[in-house]
Amino acid sequence: MSPAAAREPRGVVEQALAAAVRAGADAADAVLLHSDSIESRVRGSEIDFVKQARERTLGIRALVRGPRGARSAVTSTSDLSEEAVARMAFETVELARATAEDPAAGLPEDEPAGEPPDLALFDPADRGVRIEARIEQARAAEASARAADPRIVNSEGTQVTSAFSEVVYGNTRGFLESYESALHSMVSEPIARENGSLQRDHWLSISHRLRDLEDPASVGRRAAERALRRLGGRRVSTCEVPVIFDPVTAPSLIGQLAGCVNGYAVYRETSFLANKLGETVASPLLTVIDDGLREGGLGSRPFDGEGQPTRRNLVLERGRLTSYLLDAYSARKLGLRSTGSAVRGAGSAPSAGPSNLWLEPGQDSLEQLIASTPRGLLVTELIGMGFNPVTGDYSRGAAGLWIEGGELAGPVEEITIAGNFGDMLREVDAVGCDLVWLGRVASPSLRIARMTVAGA
Amino acid sequence: MSELEARPDALRFFRERFGLDDRGLASGLDAALERSVDHAEIFVEVTTQDSVALEEGIVKSGDRHLEQGVGVRALAGEKQGYAHSDDVTVESVRLAAATARAISEQSRTGSPVSVYRRAPARDLYPVPHPPTDVPVGRKVALLGEIDVYARGLDPRVKQVMAGVVSQHRQLLIAASDGTLCADVQPLVRLNVQVVAADGARREIGYQGMGGRYPLERLLDPAVWRPLVAEAVRIATLNLQAEPCPAGTLDVVLGPGWPGVLLHEAVGHGLEGDFNRKQTSAFSGRLGQRVAAEGVTVVDDGTLPGRRGSLNVDDEGTPTGRTLLIENGVLCGYLQDRLNARLMGMQPTGNGRRESYAHLPMPRMTNTFMLAGHDDPSEILRSVARGIYAVSFGGGQVDITSGKFVFSANEAYRIEDGRLGAPLKGATLIGNGPDVLTRVRRIGNDLALDQGVGTCGKEGQSVPVGVGLPTLRIDGLTVGGTQG
Repeated sequence: MSPAAAREPRGVVEQALAAAVRAGADAADAVLLHSDSIESRVRGSEIDFVKQARERTLGIRALVRGPRGARSAVTSTSDLSEEAVARMAFETVELARATAEDPAAGLPEDEPAGEPPDLALFDPADRGVRIEARIEQARAAEASARAADPRIVNSEGTQVTSAFSEVVYGNTRGFLESYESALHSMVSEPIARENGSLQRDHWLSISHRLRDLEDPASVGRRAAERALRRLGGRRVSTCEVPVIFDPVTAPSLIGQLAGCVNGYAVYRETSFLANKLGETVASPLLTVIDDGLREGGLGSRPFDGEGQPTRRNLVLERGRLTSYLLDAYSARKLGLRSTGSAVRGAGSAPSAGPSNLWLEPGQDSLEQLIASTPRGLLVTELIGMGFNPVTGDYSRGAAGLWIEGGELAGPVEEITIAGNFGDMLREVDAVGCDLVWLGRVASPSLRIARMTVAGA
Repeated sequence: MSELEARPDALRFFRERFGLDDRGLASGLDAALERSVDHAEIFVEVTTQDSVALEEGIVKSGDRHLEQGVGVRALAGEKQGYAHSDDVTVESVRLAAATARAISEQSRTGSPVSVYRRAPARDLYPVPHPPTDVPVGRKVALLGEIDVYARGLDPRVKQVMAGVVSQHRQLLIAASDGTLCADVQPLVRLNVQVVAADGARREIGYQGMGGRYPLERLLDPAVWRPLVAEAVRIATLNLQAEPCPAGTLDVVLGPGWPGVLLHEAVGHGLEGDFNRKQTSAFSGRLGQRVAAEGVTVVDDGTLPGRRGSLNVDDEGTPTGRTLLIENGVLCGYLQDRLNARLMGMQPTGNGRRESYAHLPMPRMTNTFMLAGHDDPSEILRSVARGIYAVSFGGGQVDITSGKFVFSANEAYRIEDGRLGAPLKGATLIGNGPDVLTRVRRIGNDLALDQGVGTCGKEGQSVPVGVGLPTLRIDGLTVGGTQG
């Protein structure tokens, strides 16, 4: 074992901070991300691949004060030997000196987080999980998908992952803390065939604790049901109708909203929601919350990427824009306070982003939303990136199920849905009760009163 | 040894930095071969990347990254075992090998691997020094000049964001079949994004360029000024854009970057893994007509200096030019070693991976359609009612159903063969296996893109190129808002 591989994470962060200061930094922070993971994919009953990995990356930010603000730079290295860390810290300061003074740059001046709360981000009992056990789960999901219907003839496989990570963050204001988390997932992607045409779809389960994962047979069966119901898809004629997003596709809208309330997009005015704080920008049915302290939440963390305590932020309150998502920098640019939303990869400067972000559920089931729609579209899949946050213009490829007379009337595909995101937010006329966490951003079903569907 | 050795400098680098000499590599491969496997491989990578970015008239921050590590892979039948670590020593290679070989349960006794040098003596991207060695001050100065120039072009320019990214990737591949090769891959890129405002209306214009060439090329005003002017033109043009029509229309695609259509509509569907597993809408269709007569599509990783080009792929196979569709008939797949072997075909030099932390898989390099004979302006005149799309954002495809999208961000209405008003961005959707059968005209103006493409597959990103001549396709669904 080489010295670099054996080094203690906190020691590496302390060395990086000390070396940056020695090289001339007036302030610095450093983050070390360490992860051990196992991953496998099974197709049918056969193993496709097995992968095992160990990754550690150190990120350093150095700030050099000048008369008109601080100059800053960020570096990262996966070589954690003492020599490499010392060299990188020196280079960070050198690089910072080449940039311009920025009055808004700097570490957060607010009180840092205290003792990290236990957010149930891992279960110590899962440490010993063996890849063989996860492979058996994948086999079970594959078998269940294929048993669901004779038209399930193939698959892209079921992928299982278990990753254990540790985040260590320190800065020259004396903060040095760490937290551990684990992430276990299972995603199954079966393929259905009928009359020579193929359709795929997927279902996934993801959790900090193995015991909270959905039963493999259920993952496989739900994935199979989603693929099967797409068989025989047709196009529809171009029209304007109500569009319902299901809990798989609706989170993409909440994710877009997160991009538009991101402090950086706001101060750069590259968001149509810039300068709209306090205004009503959405339907009164929409209340959106960002909460980094949700127990067991997929985006939970005791402190953010700058050592600030995470918290609960109300982003939309019954349609009114009540908070942006801010780190220290974007907060200073806007004359506001950090919302504890700094996101920090090892290889990048802090930026702002959501922790656990969700749309508060309403009263109705998805079935009730469908039943109260005379004619429209239920979107179950979106493809492409046709969203412009500056103007709100929205146009994406879609597939789903047609609704006629309040009932599902067969699959549709090769269509697009388009509108303006600002109008879409205002025209939400129903929110479902079916919130499900498939990632850090979640949403129940929702209906938009009118969008343009383009087809044949 | 009769064969010429490519990049002896890179081989020496890995030997001196990590002690990975022939003996060390052979001992790692031997460790993998303690079980019965078809192929064992060691991939070592050291990548340095830096970037500087400007906004609000100043370069606020710079960054620099060093990523190094080793991945060891064992193949047995359809199974792959992979282990990787950011700790690069002979010992860590042997440990990773022991993990990777676990996919095979049968032990074996064999002779030790002898490693031979075998790599093409060509360099498609010679540079005098790594782009990451160019002093950061010169990159900072360039961005400052760009900001001033862009703001001077039009008073409606409110915000300029620009960045320069330089990458220096060194890799070494040693495999149980005797492959030993190293490569040094430079990659540079310049991005310019402009926000223009007129009253309450704001729009963005984006342009970028890059490739595997000296960074100094980007510092030349004759090179960057037209790029910046183009970003400003698109942002201000979009201030006047009208809502795009919705429905099925005849579409003319401009030359160059609109080749993203080929990448999404056919390229991914012709990757060997999907076809070996029979999960592609193109599975089992070799020899069949999938495009109109005159349509020929190739993937070519050997174009000098291009973003998608490589001397060797990430499995050590020299890249080549692969004919995918010839005169409308499907005639080839893109292959890596595993899928080529399982399908009884030859590897095509398309086994690529994002980094040592990823398994290789079949990926595109530079994918484009060969030129036809039609005059581009005559193609426009041939359309009674439709849209002319010349610039695109990204695209995506569902391999299995064949449905693909790509999003226009500069488009115009065509009325009676004449260009009309600029249109707001819209997504176009089609079906991969039949979209090219509806090609009506092929221009004589093939152009490749400016070197900004990044392709994502199973969470891995790799740089790629695309190209297209002016093309008329009838009956594409255009996702606008005007019925």
